[in-house]
Amino acid sequence: MTLAVDQVPGLDRADLTRMGAVCAALLLLAALMVADLVTGPAGLPLSQVVDGLREGPSGADRRLATILWYLRMPQTLMAALVGFALGVCGLMMQTILNNPLASPFTLGFSAAAGFGAALVILFGTALPVALWIGVPLAAFLSTLTAAALVYLVAHYRGASHEMLVLAGIAVLFLFQSLQSLLQFMAAPEVLQQIVFWLFGSLLKATWTSVQVLAALLVLTLPLILREVWNLTALRLGDGNAASLGLNVEAMRRRVLVLVALLTAGAVSFTGTIGFVGLIAPHVARALVGEDHRFGLPMAGIMGAVVLVAASVTGKLISPGAVIPVGIITALAGIPMLLGVILMKGRT
Amino acid sequence: MSLLLSEFTVNAGRLRLLDIPSLSLPSTGLVGVIGPNGAGKSTLLKALAGIIPHAGRKTLDCTWPDPTRIAYLPQDFAVSAAMSVAECVLLGRRERLGWRITAHDRAEVGRVLSLLDLTHLAEARMDRLSGGQQQRVLLAQRLLRDPRLMILDEPTSALDLHHQLEVLSRLKALSTDILVIAALHDLTLAGRFADHLVLIEHGMLKAADNPEAVLNGDMLDPVYAIRCEVFRDRARNPVVVAHSPCDPCPKSPIR
Repeated sequence: MTLAVDQVPGLDRADLTRMGAVCAALLLLAALMVADLVTGPAGLPLSQVVDGLREGPSGADRRLATILWYLRMPQTLMAALVGFALGVCGLMMQTILNNPLASPFTLGFSAAAGFGAALVILFGTALPVALWIGVPLAAFLSTLTAAALVYLVAHYRGASHEMLVLAGIAVLFLFQSLQSLLQFMAAPEVLQQIVFWLFGSLLKATWTSVQVLAALLVLTLPLILREVWNLTALRLGDGNAASLGLNVEAMRRRVLVLVALLTAGAVSFTGTIGFVGLIAPHVARALVGEDHRFGLPMAGIMGAVVLVAASVTGKLISPGAVIPVGIITALAGIPMLLGVILMKGRT
Repeated sequence: MSLLLSEFTVNAGRLRLLDIPSLSLPSTGLVGVIGPNGAGKSTLLKALAGIIPHAGRKTLDCTWPDPTRIAYLPQDFAVSAAMSVAECVLLGRRERLGWRITAHDRAEVGRVLSLLDLTHLAEARMDRLSGGQQQRVLLAQRLLRDPRLMILDEPTSALDLHHQLEVLSRLKALSTDILVIAALHDLTLAGRFADHLVLIEHGMLKAADNPEAVLNGDMLDPVYAIRCEVFRDRARNPVVVAHSPCDPCPKSPIR
C-alpha cells in the first residue's frame, strides 16, 4: 500500500499547462504594451518608437524622446501596474469574501478614494501642498480610512465574510453620500474636475506615480506570496480551512490590509478604474484554476492586459481627445464578464 | 500513557455547552463519541481540535500534539472549489508547502490516495464529486498531515455501506499507532469498530467504557429516549435496534 508515486495525475500535468498559460499571457501583455507605446495623438510609427526606446530618454531627437519617455511610457507602465494591482487584489477579495462578485472596490474603497480626491479638488487651494500631490495623497489616505473602518468591524465583530461585506457596504454608502455632498457643494468648473477624476484616466500618470505604485507592489508582493497556500486552502470553505490549522479570520484581516494598500495606491493616481478587479480574477480562474500560485500572477497579468488593451482602444477610437480608460474598461468589461459567466454555465 | 481531560469545559457566553470533570482514554486506538443530537459531540471534538476555546486541561502522553499533527475533519465539509482531487489532498500539508511541489509532497499525495482507494479520481474536480467521494478525499487530506491525533466528526455520514466499512477498517488499522476519536451516529458500527465509547448527554459525560459496557438498554434508553434491543451478529459484535419508547414491548426480547 505504501506506493511511492513520482507522478501524480492532477498535479504535474496541470502545473506545466498552467505555467504555459502564464507565459502566454505575459507575451500578450508585452505585445499590448508595445502597441500602447505606438498609438497616440502624435502618431509615431513602430520603427521610430524602437529607435526612441534604443536611444533612451536623453536621445538626440528631443520631440521623440519627450513623447515616448515622458508622455507615453509612464501611461503604459501605469496601465500595466494598476491593472496588475487591481487584478491581484480582485482575486484576493473574491477568495477571502468567497464571493464571485467581489472586487477591490466591494468594500467601498473606490468611493472613499473618490471622496478624498473630491475633497482636495474642492478645498485644495487652501492647502499648503500642490494639487498634483494633494489629490492622490488624499485619495490614498481616505481609502486607508475606509479600510480601517472595515478592519475595526472585522476586529470587534469577527471577520466572517458576511460581516466584511456588510461593513464594506456601509462604508461604501457612507463615502458615496459624502462624495455626493461635495459634488452638490462644488461650483460647476470644480464639479467637472471631480467628475473627470472619478472617470479614471491614465493621463494623470507620471514617473512619480509609476515609482510609488511599483514600490507599493514590491513591498506587498512578498507578503501576498506568503499567503498563497492559505488562500488556496480557504477555497475549501471556512470550516475545512480552519480544520487544517489556518486561523481564517486573522488571515482575512491580513489580506484586507494588503488589498487596501495596493488598491489605494492604484486608484489614487488614476481615479476609479472599475471592472478590472472583477473581471481579471474570473479570467484567471477559468485559465489556471484555483491554485493561487498561478491564479494570483495570472489575475495580475490579466488585469494589466485588460487595462492596457483598454488604453490602446481608447486612443484608437478618438485619437484627438483620449477617452478616459475607466469608461472603456467598464464598456469592454461587461461583455467579457457575461462571456465568462456563459462559458462557466456550460462546463 | 493516555489522553487525559480534566475540568474540561466549553462555554458559549453564559451557556455551558460541555462540562467534563475528568476523562481518561487510551493513547492509541479508535474511540467512538456517541450521543443524541445536540448532546455536545461536535463541541467536544472542536474543543479538542483547538477550533473553539475551552477551559481545563487536555494532555496526550503528558503533552499535546503540535497543531500540524492533529487531523480534524469537520462535519460540514462540502467543497465547491474547482480544484483537482490531488490538489485538494496536497493542501493537507498546507504549512509545509513551498513555492515548488517537491517529490516528497507528490509521493505522499500518491500514498494517501491509494490508501483510501482514490487514485482513479486524482484528476477529477472536487466540485463534481458526490458527497461521499468528497468526504473520502478530505479524509485523505487529513491523513497527509501524518497525524498523531485524528479527530473526525462523523467521518462516515455521507458514505455508502461498502465505504463505511472500508473507511472504518482503515482507521482501525491506523489506530494501532495513533489515537482516532470519531463521532459516530450508527451505534452498530460504533460497537463493531471502536475500542472505546464515550457517551455524551446534555454536554455531560454519561459513560466512557468499552462498547460492551455502553451499548445496552440501561445506558442507551434514557439518553436517546428509545427502547433498544441489542443482538449479536455472527462475530459476536453488538447490533443495536431501536424502538420508539411508545411502542408496545415485545413479549420475549431476543438477547
